[in-house]
Amino acid sequence: MKYYVELIIINKDSVRDPEGETIQRYVIEKYANNIIETRVGKYIQFKIEANNEEDAKNLIEKIAREGRLYNPIVHKIFVRVRKE
Amino acid sequence: MIAIVKFPGTTCEADVYKALMEAGVPTVIVKYKEFDPDKYNGVILPGGFSFGDYLRAGSIAASTETIKKVKQMAEEGKIVIGICNGFQILVESGLLKGALLPNLKLRFISKWVSLKVIRTDTVLTKGLDKKIIRMPIAHSEGRYYVDDVDYAKTNMVLQYCDENGNVSEDTNPNGSLLNIASIANEEGNVIGMMPHPERASFKLTSVDGTVDGLILLRRLGKWA
Repeated sequence: MKYYVELIIINKDSVRDPEGETIQRYVIEKYANNIIETRVGKYIQFKIEANNEEDAKNLIEKIAREGRLYNPIVHKIFVRVRKE
Repeated sequence: MIAIVKFPGTTCEADVYKALMEAGVPTVIVKYKEFDPDKYNGVILPGGFSFGDYLRAGSIAASTETIKKVKQMAEEGKIVIGICNGFQILVESGLLKGALLPNLKLRFISKWVSLKVIRTDTVLTKGLDKKIIRMPIAHSEGRYYVDDVDYAKTNMVLQYCDENGNVSEDTNPNGSLLNIASIANEEGNVIGMMPHPERASFKLTSVDGTVDGLILLRRLGKWA
């Protein structure tokens, strides 16, 4: 089976994100006053052949960790899987 | 002999080479794939934009075989110095703890700064008399961060300050934790620094005639 695995890398809540703060201040707040916060991250998409969703997800989590696609001191990650 | 490692995208290797020559330190520029750690007593990772700074500044270089060899040298007690992008490589590879995030104002900053010398037990600052030194910085990802403030306090080498040595938010160019411009490991043989000592090594190109970078680099002579 082929899967798309999406890796989202974003600053931890305790780490300031000036890009998100700028977008919030100069764009978002022009349109709405109920958006409390904007944060910017990085999105990486992989196409994987794997036996099941779990294998695909585990592989990307392993690579993200061991290949330091993110720095655990400052970032957190989200991994999402969908069928091709 | 000190090796200056050049990755694709490294730009400051020739400046570091010239400054080390001026300081009387035997040195050679080596391409990253040809780097043999057994030949050298120390290694400098110079500034630039290794591998285009893709993903994050320094992160691709950090995952090369070359950096595994640099780690081995660090463990043997040899000198490991990362300047600017080199510092980013050192934190990305875990040789130094922490991270270098985009500057808080998201701008590329290029200017001369004053730096307060905190530790004088590292290979670059041992026995240094001066308490405040001046060097230029030039980076967009220099906001030092670590989740362990005690670690940062114990290991910081240089702090951004004013000309009188006062450390404050006003003298913090990039939002670094505790105004940290340079940090070293406990042993003092692995040092990362955002300021460029090689650009503060010649009177002709110094804004005020000081050559504080050269003073630091000269200290490498006895190990080289």
